[in-house]
Amino acid sequence: MTRHLRVDGPNHDDRLDHMAQGVIGQPLNRLEGPLKVAGRATYAAEARPRNLAYGVLVQAAIPAGKVLEIGDAPGALAVIRDKRMVRFAAQGMARKAPKSGPDGIDYMGQAIALVVADTFEAARHAAQNLSVRYAREDVPVNPEDVTPELPPKKQSKTGDLDKAMQEAAFSVDQVWHTPSQMAAAMEPHAAIAEWDGDRVTIRAGLQMLSSNKEQMADALGIRPDKLRLLAPYVGGGFGSKLGINAESVAAAIAAQKLGRPVQVSMTRQQVFDLAHRRSETRQRIRLACDADGTLTGLGHEALVSNLPDDGFSEPVTQATPFTYQAAHRQVVHAIARIHRSCAGSVRAPGEAVGVTVFECAMDELAEAAGIDPVDLRLRNIPEAEPVTGRPFSSHKLTEALQEGAKLFGWSDRRPAKERLEGEWYIGIGMASAVRVNQLVESRARVTLVQDGSAIVETDMTDIGTGTYTILGQLAAEMLGLPADRVEVKLGDTQFPPAAGSGGSFGAASSGNSVFLACEEIRRQIAKAIGCDEGDLTLQDGMARAGNVSKSLSEVVEGTITGEGHLEPGKTEKSHRQATWGSHWAEVAVNRWTGEVRVRRMMGVFACGRVLNEKTARSQCLGGMTFGIGIALTEAMEHDRRDGHAVSRDLAEYHIPCHADVPPLEVHFLQERDAYVGPLQAKGLGELGICGAGAAVLNAIYNACGVRVRELPATPDKIIAGLDP
Amino acid sequence: MRDFSFHRATSLDDLPAGATIIAGGTNLLDLMKHEVMAPGSLVDITRLDLDRVEAEGQGLRIGALVRNSDLAAHPAVRRDYPVLSRALLAGASGQLRNMATTGGNLMQRTRCPYFYDRRMACNKRDPGAGCSAIGGVTRNHAILGASPHCIATYPGDMAVALRALDAEVEIGGPSPRRIPLADFHKLPGDTPHVETALQPGDIITAVILPAPVGGQHRYRKVRDRASYAFALVSVAAVIGMDGSRIGHAALAFGGVAHKPWRDPEVERLLTGQEPSDALFAEAADILLRPAQAHGENQFKIPLLRRTLIATLRDATGMEAKA
Repeated sequence: MTRHLRVDGPNHDDRLDHMAQGVIGQPLNRLEGPLKVAGRATYAAEARPRNLAYGVLVQAAIPAGKVLEIGDAPGALAVIRDKRMVRFAAQGMARKAPKSGPDGIDYMGQAIALVVADTFEAARHAAQNLSVRYAREDVPVNPEDVTPELPPKKQSKTGDLDKAMQEAAFSVDQVWHTPSQMAAAMEPHAAIAEWDGDRVTIRAGLQMLSSNKEQMADALGIRPDKLRLLAPYVGGGFGSKLGINAESVAAAIAAQKLGRPVQVSMTRQQVFDLAHRRSETRQRIRLACDADGTLTGLGHEALVSNLPDDGFSEPVTQATPFTYQAAHRQVVHAIARIHRSCAGSVRAPGEAVGVTVFECAMDELAEAAGIDPVDLRLRNIPEAEPVTGRPFSSHKLTEALQEGAKLFGWSDRRPAKERLEGEWYIGIGMASAVRVNQLVESRARVTLVQDGSAIVETDMTDIGTGTYTILGQLAAEMLGLPADRVEVKLGDTQFPPAAGSGGSFGAASSGNSVFLACEEIRRQIAKAIGCDEGDLTLQDGMARAGNVSKSLSEVVEGTITGEGHLEPGKTEKSHRQATWGSHWAEVAVNRWTGEVRVRRMMGVFACGRVLNEKTARSQCLGGMTFGIGIALTEAMEHDRRDGHAVSRDLAEYHIPCHADVPPLEVHFLQERDAYVGPLQAKGLGELGICGAGAAVLNAIYNACGVRVRELPATPDKIIAGLDP
Repeated sequence: MRDFSFHRATSLDDLPAGATIIAGGTNLLDLMKHEVMAPGSLVDITRLDLDRVEAEGQGLRIGALVRNSDLAAHPAVRRDYPVLSRALLAGASGQLRNMATTGGNLMQRTRCPYFYDRRMACNKRDPGAGCSAIGGVTRNHAILGASPHCIATYPGDMAVALRALDAEVEIGGPSPRRIPLADFHKLPGDTPHVETALQPGDIITAVILPAPVGGQHRYRKVRDRASYAFALVSVAAVIGMDGSRIGHAALAFGGVAHKPWRDPEVERLLTGQEPSDALFAEAADILLRPAQAHGENQFKIPLLRRTLIATLRDATGMEAKA
């Protein structure tokens, strides 16, 4: 039986607080951790079916045009060109395949063929030396070289911002730039495809199997029920594996043509060319306030880029409409159609760069108005969503700011450039954290076995986030079992379709479906012992109600199966849902070289119920580290002549290394959000990123008096503002 | 990667003619995977008896196969040549330093991204093909000694310290000799594919350090992240004070040229002088007189200036007094 819930209204039951097992929220270790550290978790490229052949993608060496002719590949089994091969990755949750047809070229580095050989080395050699004749087209590759699109639905205006700016007691009007960024997951994209008659099984690094299945079926021209996707372990995604990409489609086509299993793995350089990049952004922020720091106007104008044929554009201003109050408001969202690689979701699309820049602007306004940056924010927190008047589902920004200021020692802050320790200026900075929240339809099946164990099955993925562990904890809590009695099976499209991992919605969406499945099992147990489900207590394999107490083996005959089906409902529209927090950083800036070292960093977060304190904390640590990357190190450079990615490996694309990351402190605020389903839990994966970089950049200003508005704040940009 | 033959040498007389030498392989293997280098035969020298650090006269003889991590930790190096330890530890990662060898590190090739990318023209990779880096992304390119044919930098750290220490490279093979480190790496000129003074058949057998000169040793490397990044600029400094004056100064610079850069005029200016900000500014002026930017790497000129001044202040004790 399936228990279905559409989240149309609030849920104040606090049900998980009243369960008896006491495992939910506990900082349990990741279930699959031992497998991973022992190398026994099989990632996409690690399966070894018999007779496996290896494919390597051939990449376009021109930014746009056509392939006229491709030569032979001596030593290879085949050079595969097929109109079904995709030109770039599908966007997250797309229902169809992305643009296909490898004869046309949309960007430099695009896949135009697949060379298959008996070994990876032979295939790569052949792919690297294939002769290709092109007809090259001249196309724009730089955002400022084109007149951008202004999609009407993405623009908004309330009141008269220009006038508010003119009449403001204090104002800020500045432009920031952020570069292209790459998810740079540890596991490069890879797939192994194998056909059995008209059915194909594809093992791949993917984040969202149920929509990936539809994309892949569409790409291959087969019925979805002929396709099985497997992604039991994914070595990080960060958005880059939301949609199917060239490697998995090419593997399936090659395996079909050759009649043997084919693996296609991207090299690290290919990942930089072929995975979605986060668009570079140009952001103009205008802020106006009156004498006491009350915002009267705010404007956020974003210019982003993408290919002409893709629908995604970095949602830079996503949180701007509801973070702060102001009567006069304007949002501009412009898209430059250029021929750099496809832009898509990367680590908190939108807020990662949008909130970061906006929070830098708030720091500049606080400075201009002579108001403490924390106070400026506290003064401008709206009661309800501005303009629409929608209530917030829950709202903890005030508490996150106040609590954070206390914990971090904010009151010790001194004016800019006052603290010098040897060669190092020391400063502190802060920023608000905010990220939109959403639920996505999700299903799960839970089976309770007579021996007091349970199995959770869903095609949800665990991309290193802890999904296995939290879904096991949820089932254990709801069914009254020790956590180690629950087996969790993920990453297989033969299981009920789940939300997938993306947009921070995975844990809450799939978690609610497991919760519902367990409620269905509880209902059946209650029926078996003749009580109301609400009166049933399950703990340590025992079922109790009133003065009845039975072991589950007495109640369960064979197995009891329940399915859960969660759908977002009216609360999605009736309430503004978001997660909130605050970021705090202390940095040292070298007065000579402009090097920046983050000395300590702290985040205070509210995400509704915390399902596992350890995995939740780890999510925040990762997010804050990405914030350091956005502020200080990460830039995917494009050659301005052809748009190609120049920094294409992890030696040149600088994600923060250990020495860049100081001890990070994470605090969670106790919260139950009633409007996001019975778990009362919201998404957390991305909140740690949103604004973290701004705390670092604002701390740099407080340390040395330099505002860096062209990210990242590498030494060259710092010394430009330092005394000679 | 192209097919190649592989031979493991048992002695210095066992090196097949024309074979490319591989030791730690930390750079060569990457380049072979990209087919930027495609040697037809490799000779592995890691079993040769070249992995000792031993006294030579008053100096030190460092075998070509001494690993970077071992060299950095060697008591004599730490005591007498700390600039070398510091440079080594500022390079690469722990894993790479465990593999990389002294001789191999001298042979490290540029990190110019256009050199690594076979879609791009590169005179270093294909002599006469042109230089895609010029007019491209040039953030990490040379400001000193570049040519219209090549603006790449030598990326290593160890050799910058060795340059300040007046090291020599000992060559074995058919024409044994010693090459001062100053002459070992070449400026690009119109032959950027010729990176060193090595001739066919040569093999690096050791690096020789002269007697220690004492003084303050600094290796200051400025980079885009705190570790595991190539130098934007680096300064190796060995400075000895004579009373309140600078008695001797050796300064070498990394990340700015096709070879570890050194300018005797800078050192002459400093020697015998009282440390002062004005003196250091003049030293920077002299150093940077020939500097020429290529677009995005303009910042290296002020950054090298500032880094030199900071290093001099530190090494002469001015910073501590401030």
